Amino acid sequence: MALLGLLDREPSHGYDLKRDYDAYFGRGRPLPFGQVYATLARLARDGKAMVGEAEPGAGPDRKRYTITEEGKSEVEVWLAEPIPAEPHFQTDLFVKVVLSLMLGRPAEAYLDVQRAAHLARMRELTEVKQKGGVVDALLADHGLFHLEADLRWIDLTAARLAVLAEEVTA
Amino acid sequence: MNPVNGSSAVLVRDTILEARDLVLSFGETPALRGASLSVKKGEVLAVMGPSGSGKSTLLHCLAGILAPDSGEVYFDGQRVDAMREGDRSRLRRERFGFVFQFGQLVPELTAEENVALPLLLGGTRREEALRGARAWFERLELDGLERHRAGEMSGGQAQRVALARGLVAHPDVLFADEPTGSLDSLTGELVMGLLTRTACEDGTTVVLVTHEPRVAAYADREVIVRDGRVTVTAAVPG
Repeated sequence: MALLGLLDREPSHGYDLKRDYDAYFGRGRPLPFGQVYATLARLARDGKAMVGEAEPGAGPDRKRYTITEEGKSEVEVWLAEPIPAEPHFQTDLFVKVVLSLMLGRPAEAYLDVQRAAHLARMRELTEVKQKGGVVDALLADHGLFHLEADLRWIDLTAARLAVLAEEVTA
Repeated sequence: MNPVNGSSAVLVRDTILEARDLVLSFGETPALRGASLSVKKGEVLAVMGPSGSGKSTLLHCLAGILAPDSGEVYFDGQRVDAMREGDRSRLRRERFGFVFQFGQLVPELTAEENVALPLLLGGTRREEALRGARAWFERLELDGLERHRAGEMSGGQAQRVALARGLVAHPDVLFADEPTGSLDSLTGELVMGLLTRTACEDGTTVVLVTHEPRVAAYADREVIVRDGRVTVTAAVPG
């Protein structure tokens, strides 16, 4: 979804997408070229991207990809919907926020629904804790602390959206 | 929380407290810039938001402690912000209960005298007020501490005494401003568990200001205050 989101900015070559993916989301784990082209081929097959004519030059990277309306609406839906509130998905949270800002989508609205989804899950876990024994409480606490950590990140990010937007759209 | 208190049930309950488009500035500094909020009877509502967002100011307006520069506050159909100070004061004493971050117990009084204060202020005779106060010590797991003074209790015990004081006169609404803010997390959870349980048993509406998600998770729902306005967010079901 991150590649499709990056493609939603402007028609791009596979190389450009890989470079930007690595810069923003790779964090020391660059995406193999093979995976980039396999993903682009799959997106084209599924009607979410279109492949342009091969441009003069050598190598497979001479094709320019363009997102389709179907692809755009998939990105739109994905950016707006909260992730199920389970711990350890910080990568998805991060990608959604950065892509939203790049694409001029309402990142703050996304953070609000994500916060609500997290708090709803925390309410469930708090109820488990109050009704169950110590073992249930310990398990629920583990989830609660992790969700709380995400929420702190969400609040901090919400407070920094303007600065972040300047940096990723520069 | 009790499933009956879940959000779907909240929708059909009556509104007990409502703020409409509240604006309030302290000098040049705006604290509320059009805050609106509706609280249903019997619900536990968490008011969240970053420091300085206006959440405590909103609570003070809802509770009739502060009057907004403009906008309206309704409690049980009555217009609170337009009341004379004497009437607002009586409303606070008779219909509202309060618990703050630091229990603010009167240090010269014993725990039971502190709990009895709202009853005494309401004109109840001393013996009867103390009897009413003592009933709360077992409910809040404070047995044996009736004659202790604030300095002789732990933070968690003092905060539960403050909670008993907030609830002793059977208020319609309990306003709690960071009630666990000065407690460690285990003690905070004990206080929150007792607060929500007793409120639920007595049908007391609770407006809970907190910046801690773990505390807000005891509420039926939450609103976020940001830059003096209220954002209501609903979790996507599923």
